[in-house]
Amino acid sequence: MSVEVYQENIREFSSKRQEPEWLRQKRLASLALVAELDLPKLEKTNVKSWGFTDFVPVPSEQSVQTLQQLPASIRDSIAAGDVGTGLYVQKNQESIFEQVDPELQKQGVIFTSLEQAIQEHGELVEKYLLQAFQNNEHQVAALHGALLSGAFLYVPRNVEVKVPQQAIFALAGNRTAAFPHLLVVAETGSKVEVIANYFDYEGRPTVLNSVIEVYVKPSAHVQVTTVNHTSSSVVDTIYRRAIVERDGHLEWVIGDFSSGRLLSDQTTYLRGEGAHVGVKSLALGAGSLRSNITSSISHFARHTTSDIQARSVVKDEATNILNSITKIEKGASQSDGQQSGKVLMLDSEARGDANPILLIDENDVTAGHAASVGRVDPLQLYYLMSRGISRAEAEKLIVFGFLDAVIREIPSESLQNHLRQIVERKFDQ
Amino acid sequence: MSNRPQLVIRDLKAKVEDKDILKGVNLEVNGGEIHAIMGPNGTGKSTLASVLMGHPTYEVTAGEVQLDGQDVLEMEVDERAKAGLFLAMQYPSEISGVTNADFLRSAINAKREEGNEISLMKFIRELDKKMDLLEIDSSFSQRYLNEGFSGGEKKRNEILQMMMLDPRIAILDEIDSGLDIDALKVVAKGVNEKRSPELGVIIITHYQRLLNYIKPDFVHVFMQGKVVKSGGPELAERLEAEGYDWVKEELGIEDETVGHAQV
Ligand SMILES: Nc1ncnc2c1ncn2[C@@H]1O[C@H](COP(=O)(O)OP(=O)(O)O)[C@@H](O)[C@H]1O
Ligand SMILES: [Mg+2]
Repeated sequence: MSVEVYQENIREFSSKRQEPEWLRQKRLASLALVAELDLPKLEKTNVKSWGFTDFVPVPSEQSVQTLQQLPASIRDSIAAGDVGTGLYVQKNQESIFEQVDPELQKQGVIFTSLEQAIQEHGELVEKYLLQAFQNNEHQVAALHGALLSGAFLYVPRNVEVKVPQQAIFALAGNRTAAFPHLLVVAETGSKVEVIANYFDYEGRPTVLNSVIEVYVKPSAHVQVTTVNHTSSSVVDTIYRRAIVERDGHLEWVIGDFSSGRLLSDQTTYLRGEGAHVGVKSLALGAGSLRSNITSSISHFARHTTSDIQARSVVKDEATNILNSITKIEKGASQSDGQQSGKVLMLDSEARGDANPILLIDENDVTAGHAASVGRVDPLQLYYLMSRGISRAEAEKLIVFGFLDAVIREIPSESLQNHLRQIVERKFDQ
Repeated sequence: MSNRPQLVIRDLKAKVEDKDILKGVNLEVNGGEIHAIMGPNGTGKSTLASVLMGHPTYEVTAGEVQLDGQDVLEMEVDERAKAGLFLAMQYPSEISGVTNADFLRSAINAKREEGNEISLMKFIRELDKKMDLLEIDSSFSQRYLNEGFSGGEKKRNEILQMMMLDPRIAILDEIDSGLDIDALKVVAKGVNEKRSPELGVIIITHYQRLLNYIKPDFVHVFMQGKVVKSGGPELAERLEAEGYDWVKEELGIEDETVGHAQV
């Protein structure tokens, strides 16, 4: 793809959506950056040949009126439990189905496409869009800034949303691409849980370039779950950025189950005193997956706490690099940053690496890390087999146990079971 | 036709890291019998237990082991278990993320035909009953397998597994070590509960203490990687009263240990 071709394309795309000038300019400026910037630089993963720009302009999509009209593979991805409220479904670049709870709407909750949100709440969107995540980080970020399309979730002050809000980003077609952008703003004292699913369902070469921005205002409680489950021909990148203000509380639950190329990055800035972030990151890689998963926390304020729990299993010839970075800046005294990153390799060709990084510029803090890379313990296998369990079943128990130590810490039981199901299906493939 | 199990060990030799540890073990255990294998530390008792179960570290160099006429040494570890062999280990592994209940149910179902899995209700009923008998707290079934367990809890868990899995030959390796007298009684209660013509038991211990609560039919002294003396329960009593020196003297043994014993 060339910048010139895309300039025209973006103007057209933008005007079709009747976007305001600020957004059109942002897109064009981002596009200009694509040519200038380098690809992201990653610890121990070379992404040069991944093909982030290997796509053709994306056709438009028909929206549907009811859940039943959605393609079956999309319907199946909706997490079990209460699906009655809060659902946003995007196919490639367009919203094709939305459902909101009228009660929540009355309370001022917004959950709709960015396109729609910009028409109705332009100033609100402008205030937050591409702030925590910047389009000039690298070429992939610039591409995203140029072509983003997604959803906006806004929870007003002190509103407590009791049912998880789900966003589904599905890819279909050959050499298509999507640039899903999920923007979440939780105002002071509010509470919300969001689940975002990313997958393709035709198994063709596609590019998925996703970003989530989360703004946790003072004393708000937010949980964001992402499940990436793309097939082996997909280049899947996801950047998650969050800013947590005073006494805000953010929980990330990250499920990385993609099978092709995966670049998964979570970065949280603890800006306000007493802010907390927890990260539960699970990965299961198979086939010839190449993946790089990073969880990064920056503590800027006093009494901030963070905890990263990352577990990755690699089988077949899959490779996963697992990075955990905890940064405590000068002045962020009495803060606590903990991390543990563990990789379990199942087959002799599977490769894994865990890089624990603590960067501490303040004396009065506590921090700890644990990292390990290993294979299944033959003595554990022996113990299980000595009770009649077959080698394959024993290995499965050990792997599930390895992941379950993190899964069972996830606050929602239905989400726990949903993740267990995905792990089980993927493991048996 | 009787359904009595029979384990036959003939001239079994094994090594680890080029050290010969087992040097020709002979033993026959039948259903209904309780055999005690006694001996000082470092004489190869646990190695015998491990070799019988198929521990990956040990290499059998000679001899044979038959369970009900089947060649045990040819079998994979899980096949040995399915054939009815059970080992309560001296140092059981800890497995994070796998609950005791899930593990036990997998183990029970592994022995059953597909489609004939134990129902959840029945499983829970059985488990509760046995946990009661072993005075194990009910929260135990949801804890991770042996993770963070005290020594005593691990031992009870091994016995619980034995009770749930109904083996034909059970080997209990130092099931008494580190237990106080009350815990010891509880563990013995579990073993006695299972006593029947359909179960043969090998109790490995270096104290006679446990044998006050589980009466053995045969007692064997283990030294230098093999059985050096056999007798009835009175042998255990004499060992308790007089120690092992008289056996060594009688047999002309200076160093009873094998490999490079602990210094
Ligand atoms: N896994 C092992 N690696 C190296 N040496 C071993 C191992 N297991 C046993 N040995 C050797 O065998 C000897 C006997 O050990 P063991 O069978 O545990 O004796 P016991 O149970 O009678 O105390 C030890 O002293 C040691 O030299
Ligand atoms: Mg021993």
